[in-house]
Amino acid sequence: MYSAAPADTLRIVPLDAFTAIYHRASGITHLVASPVPEILAALGPDGMTLPALTARLVERYDLLDADGAALRARLDELVAAGLARIA
Amino acid sequence: MNGWLLARILRAPGDAAALDAAGWTALIAIARAEQMIGTLAWRLEGTPMPPAVARILADARASAEHGRTLALWEAEAARRALASLGIPVVLLKGTAFVAAGLMAGQGRSIGDLDILVPRASLQAVERALLTNGWEWVKPDAYDDAYYRRWMHELPPLVHRERDRMIDVHHTILPLTARITPDAAGLLAEAVPLRAGEKGGLAMLSRTDVIVHAAAHLFADGELAGGLRNLWDVHCLVEEFGVVGLIERAEHHGLGDAVGRALRLAAALYGDGATLSPGDRLCLHRVTARDGWGRATRPVTRLGFYIRSHWLRMPPAMLARHLWIKWRKQGAA
Amino acid sequence: MRHVFSVRVGPVGFRVGSHWRTPIRQLATLYADYPRPENGVPDFTVRLFAHRPWRRVIRPAVMIGGDFMIPDAAPLPLAQGLLAAEMAMNLQMALGQRRYLLLHASAVERDGRVLLMTGESGSGKSTLAALLSRAGWRLMGDEFALIDPATGLAHAFPRLVSLKNEAIAAVEAAAPGARFGPLLEGTPKGAIRHLVPDAAAVATMDMPGRPALLLFPRFGFAPDIRAVAPGEVLMRLTQASTNYVAMGERGFTALTGLVRSVPARAIDYPDTDRALAQVAALWDAL
Repeated sequence: MYSAAPADTLRIVPLDAFTAIYHRASGITHLVASPVPEILAALGPDGMTLPALTARLVERYDLLDADGAALRARLDELVAAGLARIA
Repeated sequence: MNGWLLARILRAPGDAAALDAAGWTALIAIARAEQMIGTLAWRLEGTPMPPAVARILADARASAEHGRTLALWEAEAARRALASLGIPVVLLKGTAFVAAGLMAGQGRSIGDLDILVPRASLQAVERALLTNGWEWVKPDAYDDAYYRRWMHELPPLVHRERDRMIDVHHTILPLTARITPDAAGLLAEAVPLRAGEKGGLAMLSRTDVIVHAAAHLFADGELAGGLRNLWDVHCLVEEFGVVGLIERAEHHGLGDAVGRALRLAAALYGDGATLSPGDRLCLHRVTARDGWGRATRPVTRLGFYIRSHWLRMPPAMLARHLWIKWRKQGAA
Repeated sequence: MRHVFSVRVGPVGFRVGSHWRTPIRQLATLYADYPRPENGVPDFTVRLFAHRPWRRVIRPAVMIGGDFMIPDAAPLPLAQGLLAAEMAMNLQMALGQRRYLLLHASAVERDGRVLLMTGESGSGKSTLAALLSRAGWRLMGDEFALIDPATGLAHAFPRLVSLKNEAIAAVEAAAPGARFGPLLEGTPKGAIRHLVPDAAAVATMDMPGRPALLLFPRFGFAPDIRAVAPGEVLMRLTQASTNYVAMGERGFTALTGLVRSVPARAIDYPDTDRALAQVAALWDAL
């Protein structure tokens, strides 16, 4: 199970292909590209499993190339940065 | 104008109302030099002051608040990196004060993250940090061997992405010092920061935290930053009291240091104390700062530098240490 | 300290203390029309001092100190004491400013709208700002633009304009009536001469403006103009800010607000005439 950091700890500002995210807990600004904003939106604070997340991304954002290994790598980066956590 | 100006205003914030422009200017320069501008800003919040000063202090409060965020995140990162080891991780100094919401942490500037772990776990801690993004600050053979052999900490590590330092201690004085505090006792008495949480972060007990502040002041810090360290002592005593403190200090072999720290803190920030000539010399030294923020009285400073090394190291080792440091400076 | 000069530049007050009279006298002359710090309390203290007492007189070397310092800053000869003072004031801003997001940029204003130009040393942002200020624009600053996180407005910080090498003659020719500091030869950045901002720039320095256009100039290339996407602008401006990280969330607010509201262009130019024409065309097209 993965979940996004609580919504009140994130400020998300879409710019263009990039999205700026300010993480209040760490004071760090992240400049991220798709599918990171989509992953955070899909996870939400309640969280979901990796297969459920894959299905959600395909269904809602039309991310057809969302394969499990690549997604897991993104999630691990998000966890390391504190933007997501393993529930 | 000297460090007493800052001490007086921290003790009695109401006195600030009588400051003129030159007084405010000196107070701000001294507080910045002592890294206490955030503490001053917090202490003076809501008291009358000129608009220019109010803006400077509002900036200082915002800055301290951001520093608090970074310090707490760094502690959380260390917690996550070390969680699987199943060992106690005790926060020290500023990070512990803000994590516990203590008065000593209000507005305090916080530099490195200092943690205390069991000596037997040092290698495991080192490995865990190295695999979680920390790396050695500088691979220097002499400093490295010196740290490992004689200091009470691992050589400093810095996080490669966040650029923040962590100092991992296994006791609160160098092994070269003739005094050896009860490190196992410090860990055994430590209290969890969040009640009931298993494997979470802890801080020193209410007596040990004061003992550490005193030990830090006299043995480790060469009295540098003395005004800030003594403010810590003052605030900790205000909140925790002194019941059992001297007994605990004596248990660690630090009764004299704690006794002196209490007298100095009371003289600067509290109701005063009966001072020995040695106490007066210390006060002279920690308030040696002029209205431009400059350190003054260099002769007293040098005396304290040698004295603090003398306390930490046997003479032959001191000579060797200073010689190697001196040669390295010459080569640079 | 024996010799003291206090001044307010835009919203920021400075107190400069020196072991020597000369740098203080030069500051007092060049900043003669500027006000003193508000309430008499400066935001920052700067110190110019001798490393050893005898270095006040024997081969005098000026060390830079103040509220915020970098260790091992190399001293400058006393003949460059004015430069030392200017560098020390910059250092206080770079390391200590927490009220405004600081962008390493020059800024000029027209009709309440602000043109920001940011780039490395040598990009020509100072020269362009100086020349534009002689062509109907108000000079707001050549070194730092101050963005207020609460309003998004740019505040003026019209310090002496630091002209380097070839730019000195170019601006001297374009601004015959202007006041200049002494020519400082052989500094770490070559020849430097300070231009005093014109009287209007000083008189109106408390008036902020709304950022309207952001340029990334590059000198010494064939003329070219290209749009810069917001994501890239954000990345480049975090690099061009000395206090973005230290400002925390207020820095994020100021920067994302700026990036989302102001168009950005990279301009390459072979000579200043061409650059001024490019600026005019882009400004008219806004």
